Amino acid sequence: MNLLTVALTTAIGVGSLAAVLGLLSPRRVRATAVGVGTALCGAAATVAGVAAIGGQHATLELPGLLPLAGVSITADPVAGVFVAVTGGVAIAAGIYGIGYSRHGLDGRGVQAAFPLFIVSMLLVPVAASVGTFLLCWELMALTSLLLVVAEHRQRPEVASAGRWYAVMTHLGLVAILSGLLLLTAHAGSDSFPALRQAARHLSPTMRGVVFVLVLIGFASKAGIVPLHAWLPRAHPEAPSHVSALMSAAMVNLGLYGIIRVGFDLLGGGTRWWWLLVLALGAVSAIYGILQAAISTDVKTLLGYSTTENMGLVLVGVGAAGIFASAGSPVLAGLAVTAALLHVINHAAFKTLLFLAAGSVLHATGTRDLDRLGGLRTTMPATTAAFGLGALVASALPPGAAFISEWLLLQALIHGLPSAGMATAIAMPLAVAAVALTAGLAVATFVKAFGVGFLARPRSPRARDAVESPASMITGMAVAAAGCVALALLPTLLLPGLGKVGAVLMGGPSAVAAGPITLRLVGVAGSLSPLMLTAALLVGLVLAAAAVRILASWRVRRQTRLWDCGAGPLSARMEYTATSFAEPLQRVFDDVLQAEQDVDVTHVTESRYLVQAVEYHRRVPDRVERRLYEPVLRFTAAWGRAGRRLAPGGVHRYLGYGFYSLLALLLLLVVTR
Amino acid sequence: MNGLRVAAAIGQPVLVLALSPLLVGMMRQIRARLEGRAGSGIGQPWRDLRKLMRKQPVAPRGTGQVYRTAPLLLLATTLVVSVASPFIATGSLLDPIGDLFAVIALLTLGTVALALAGLDTGTAFGGMGASRETTIVALVEPTLLVAVFALSVRVGSTNLGAIVTSTLQDPARVFSPVSLLAAVALGVAIIAETGRLPVDNPSTHLELTMIHEAMVLEYAGPDLAVIELASAMRLTVFLGLLANLFLPWGIATSGNPLLILGAAAAFVAKVAVLGAVLAAGEVFLAKLRLFRVPELLAGSFVLGLLAVAASFSLA
Repeated sequence: MNLLTVALTTAIGVGSLAAVLGLLSPRRVRATAVGVGTALCGAAATVAGVAAIGGQHATLELPGLLPLAGVSITADPVAGVFVAVTGGVAIAAGIYGIGYSRHGLDGRGVQAAFPLFIVSMLLVPVAASVGTFLLCWELMALTSLLLVVAEHRQRPEVASAGRWYAVMTHLGLVAILSGLLLLTAHAGSDSFPALRQAARHLSPTMRGVVFVLVLIGFASKAGIVPLHAWLPRAHPEAPSHVSALMSAAMVNLGLYGIIRVGFDLLGGGTRWWWLLVLALGAVSAIYGILQAAISTDVKTLLGYSTTENMGLVLVGVGAAGIFASAGSPVLAGLAVTAALLHVINHAAFKTLLFLAAGSVLHATGTRDLDRLGGLRTTMPATTAAFGLGALVASALPPGAAFISEWLLLQALIHGLPSAGMATAIAMPLAVAAVALTAGLAVATFVKAFGVGFLARPRSPRARDAVESPASMITGMAVAAAGCVALALLPTLLLPGLGKVGAVLMGGPSAVAAGPITLRLVGVAGSLSPLMLTAALLVGLVLAAAAVRILASWRVRRQTRLWDCGAGPLSARMEYTATSFAEPLQRVFDDVLQAEQDVDVTHVTESRYLVQAVEYHRRVPDRVERRLYEPVLRFTAAWGRAGRRLAPGGVHRYLGYGFYSLLALLLLLVVTR
Repeated sequence: MNGLRVAAAIGQPVLVLALSPLLVGMMRQIRARLEGRAGSGIGQPWRDLRKLMRKQPVAPRGTGQVYRTAPLLLLATTLVVSVASPFIATGSLLDPIGDLFAVIALLTLGTVALALAGLDTGTAFGGMGASRETTIVALVEPTLLVAVFALSVRVGSTNLGAIVTSTLQDPARVFSPVSLLAAVALGVAIIAETGRLPVDNPSTHLELTMIHEAMVLEYAGPDLAVIELASAMRLTVFLGLLANLFLPWGIATSGNPLLILGAAAAFVAKVAVLGAVLAAGEVFLAKLRLFRVPELLAGSFVLGLLAVAASFSLA
């Protein structure tokens, strides 16, 4: 009984207990009981995850729990990373949920599904057999679906989002199921060690087929383009603490699946797998952030940003695979360490951003950036939280995401001389993709923070906003503390992550970190996040002191805004999110293909005088239009055609049954 | 070596701080003379700063803390970069942050602070400037990083000191196609980042063409002085980086005081020459339309990519 076993069991026990409390406790205390239980479950899970990263192992076999397959659980360092991330997000989301659930979200079903969703996410990475894995995966999909549709009575869009999510997550499950069953059929047993053995004797073609199948399933869970269509629908419509869990914890498990099956079970594979992964990642990163940059709905924007960040992680994973197949495990370890660090950083800042967006939604009832603004005076805590999250999300120093992107770029830069022509073309393009993504992320989050929270309110609801209750602010504070700790002291975390990368890639640990500076092993490179922040602070203090001493000592005078001497401004004259993103939309028009039209109504007496001008702009998701709509149209046409087979007569249906049976029997006769 | 580091850590920011307004003054003077005007002398930016610093600070109603701290943050990021970069010595006290990515990201942080301040005013001009500036930042980033990529591949490190030292040891590399292509790409990116012609006109106040000026339109008094100073310092820092990444000769590698003085003189001379070339070039250029700027940046991006491809085939 080591710490890992105790903590993991506690987490799952407390989480299940919270689910039971959600069903049984009276409405008055329900949200509090579930929230506290979830936070405790998350805390225990974080401890378990850290213990697993530290090198502890735990195995649990419960053959009687599930008929035929049984349940088998193994926690190793790779699983530990994802358990710890889910646990950390659960702490913040659980505390936040206490206050957030008071308005119509404290029904029995929702409150019971919430802790159950977290427990299933904790079980997915520690599952050690195909049966257990798929069971937890499906439990995770179903509980999250229940949570997504929690508010379907209030808003009709929720139901549509739920349908998209349900269909796509299950198509993904079908792909994963087929891939893993194909592998299991060759292994004779569904336990992961048996699969590892079997994969060694598989033909390369067969392994490729298995990999592509599971890649499709896991990429759809991670919101990778072109399988992302559910993500910008489901994440905004879910309650905000659920959005945080889905965006910061659930999508990670798609990446976990790719890492587990690709590197661990299939043992690395060939280069084209990872070139495919790298390409998917780069396309997702650019497409995701481009859609986020022009989005005006704050939660949709955050959803697309999730696609972007998962794309960046996939770039790291793909690069790791390429380096491993080229025979340089050190670089592969570095790339995979960068990817894992980015998973952790993304979880921290995306939790913070979704919780802050939820707080805004709670206070103003709108997610539309064009109607927000001026929240810094009425909601200072939420503004500070979103500002911190936005700084980290734009990958600028001193934020945490800067460090993981720096590591990723280091891996890509040092990877160039190592391998052949394909790598030489892929790496610079990957660097350019990461760079473009970073640039657009800056524009996106300047827009989200500057338009949403600064300037003046653009609607009465934004003007009358009031700060959220203490529990929600505490939840945000937990996430913010995580962001700050990750930004200042990644040196405490990185040696552990480096070992995880080393375990996966079979080389030495790629990162050595002293207390202040982190250094790369095997290639030249060092960075000190703590020194960077300290230098910035010292610079700021020096600048402030110098201005204080040298400038005029008179007090600041309140004046009205100059604005070129024009009259008092109304809020309608401010730049909105739409107008802010207009130059970017025009620059990338070939990709985005926005639809806009201007309707001018003339005065009846003279067509030189204008009565009203109406401007409409819509930016449809182009991948969706090109890829999904034809499939949906075809399916609908197929369904309509099939309807003629079912006119409603019972005789006809009995006849169908009879003839099907007959055909089956004939088939058996012919083939046997 | 430590003496050298301390000398660089104190000398570089002081040098950049003192000389950057003179650089701006010199560029304006060159421009004026080439256009047939007398010009106001190279000390005018310093005189302007002194005048602005004496004025009473103002706080426009409806602006918040972001608006107040943005100028200081801009100045702070530029100061940190001027300490960490190899201008007069190859070693730096802040060596672990003297990394090309870190330096570029720090300078971007300053731009972001100003863009947020522009939005914070809630005026149409502030928003317009912020929107245009962030668009350009988003498009410049790939070019900058690809050029950095080309420079660091041959050295195997993104550390500025390491790149400069490696160029000192192997001077022939400077005249390779990789260096030339990367230099052109980086040069275009720097013109865009510092808001010079043909991307932005630093002396315009015409509303349709303003980018940087629109963002800082509401600032006055000491706040404006800080922004003007920091912008001039950014220009110096960028030109200094361009000079020393490709032509690092004269930089001090040991703590000899004479060498350090010589390095400072060399740095001043290099930046002055680059500034003069830039100012002379601007006389013959018109500002590009905002929506033509991406084409310029795409061109420099292709040059950067070619530099990377060349560095691979020549490696």
